[in-house]
Amino acid sequence: MPISPDEVEHVAQLARLELTDQEKRKFAGQLDAILTYMEKLNELDTSGVEPMLHGVEGRQPARPDSAGPSLPRDEALRNAPESQNGFFRVPPIID
Amino acid sequence: MPFPAPNPDINGTMTEKLQTAVGIRDVFLRGERSALDIAEEHLAAIKRIEPSVDAFLTLCEDGALERAKELDEKRRRGERLGLLAGVPVAVKDNICTRGVRTTCGSKILGNFVPPYDAHVVQRLLAEDAVIIGKTNMDEFAMGSSTENSGFKVTRNPWDPTRIPGGSSGGSAAAVAAGMVPLALGSDTGGSIRQPGAFCGVIGVKPTYGRVSRYGLVAFGSSLDQIGPLARTAEDAALLLDVIAARDERDSTCARHEPEDYVAATRAPNLEGARFGVPEEFYVEGGLSAEVCDALEAARRVFESMGVEFVDVSLPHSRIDVEGGALSSYAVGTYYVLCTAEASSNLARYDGVKYGYRSDDHDSMIDMYSKTRGQGFGEEVKRRIMLGAYALSSGYYEAYFLKAARVRRLIKEDFDRAFEEVDLIFCPATPTPAFKIGEKTDDPLEMYLSDIFTISANLAGIGAASVPCGFSPEGLPIGLQLMAPHWQDGRLLRAAAAYQGQTDWRLKKAKG
Repeated sequence: MPISPDEVEHVAQLARLELTDQEKRKFAGQLDAILTYMEKLNELDTSGVEPMLHGVEGRQPARPDSAGPSLPRDEALRNAPESQNGFFRVPPIID
Repeated sequence: MPFPAPNPDINGTMTEKLQTAVGIRDVFLRGERSALDIAEEHLAAIKRIEPSVDAFLTLCEDGALERAKELDEKRRRGERLGLLAGVPVAVKDNICTRGVRTTCGSKILGNFVPPYDAHVVQRLLAEDAVIIGKTNMDEFAMGSSTENSGFKVTRNPWDPTRIPGGSSGGSAAAVAAGMVPLALGSDTGGSIRQPGAFCGVIGVKPTYGRVSRYGLVAFGSSLDQIGPLARTAEDAALLLDVIAARDERDSTCARHEPEDYVAATRAPNLEGARFGVPEEFYVEGGLSAEVCDALEAARRVFESMGVEFVDVSLPHSRIDVEGGALSSYAVGTYYVLCTAEASSNLARYDGVKYGYRSDDHDSMIDMYSKTRGQGFGEEVKRRIMLGAYALSSGYYEAYFLKAARVRRLIKEDFDRAFEEVDLIFCPATPTPAFKIGEKTDDPLEMYLSDIFTISANLAGIGAASVPCGFSPEGLPIGLQLMAPHWQDGRLLRAAAAYQGQTDWRLKKAKG
């Protein structure tokens, strides 16, 4: 099924990606071609097959829930585009 | 039986004097050369060769010299020195290095200086390696040519009009050009093995979970694995010995101890070994004649060492040629799963905690969207879009779950094959390195250059590409070996045995 410019717009919004009009047109065509290619998987009968979601399956034990050293605040903030009083600073969320 | 003879016309030089990591370490340990001398020599080689290759994004000149002096001091004091003592190593730029810019090949991380070292970097330092620089790559490891780097295009040292492969193209090119004996790469769908094959060096993708991913910038978390690029099997094994260590900071990292990989390369007897040849990989029009010929010659070398070749079947990794174009279930499965994982992993780049932030915005959401729209390159945006689509309501079952089910079928094919054989023997790439710009307009065409490497990531098994000859134009060709889970030592043993019978490793690109 062909992917419409509206759908591209919708997915871009889900992914928080601002695309130019040119990108939207280009991606609509390319995504369509790639998704059509992926539909080749429908040739295969996968009924009763469990999805494989990990690289190697098996037990992945959790580590003990104990406190350990962590990054000092100033180091954690050093890469921030903007920070203030020990916090990350972002644009206003509420008008 | 004559073994493949070196072609004197190729665009390279034969040299017996190529320095291996093991050789560099040993002359340092014996006190014949100082670590400073070794570091200076490599930095001088980089200054000479780098302008024509562009393999590095950041050079750690001061840091490397400083560290080399410390190692000389350490040796003078008679302290114990590590497995990589004094050896210069390059690190792909998606692996975090404390205090050294780590961009992932992306403008969105253009100014990111990690406050911590990746597990593998801690291991390099613990074993006294000298980190010489960070290598170029496709942005977020998404690509097969290193042309998707947000900063520059790396050229293949064997032919500067061609790509080095990708996404670990900078690491492969740096080793091939003789700028470093060892480099770390990462492999999500072939990103170590494919550039290894294109640049004529060994590239190993270990079994998923063998090497900790702590500090590796995440792309497809169920597929990503860090591994070595080197000129000899022994050097690759040495680097794997260093990085394959338990680490509880990566919950997928193996709890059992790794084997001794260097020891595996020193017992290269293959008498009685069984190699499987997947019939589905050899289809009319699927493989270029030069790759086919090189593989055939390599097979004869293995046979002369007592290896028995048997046919195996990997039906769900089958390669089809439809209307002149290659296709495979594995490629479709991979691009659904890796883009889905990428779309969630890359959600963290939002202009808040680190990296680029757009300064032209009128709200929080607008800041996110503009930061990401301006900061990411085209291929990354395309993959985020694909992944978000495959995970979105109404399509999750049809794309994501379908692909995850096919992934299991692909893995089960390997389980069955390995009941019959010790290793799988197949091509690493359909052709030798392609031209710069040749595939940039067609993403699907680019994806298909990984058609032989993707299945190993989906199955979670270890695999390696090993140089096995040159095309008539003088471009390197690689064979690929795949092993059952956790049997990475077999890959290195077979690669060492093959290198003991051939002299491809002695060739060095002019750079």
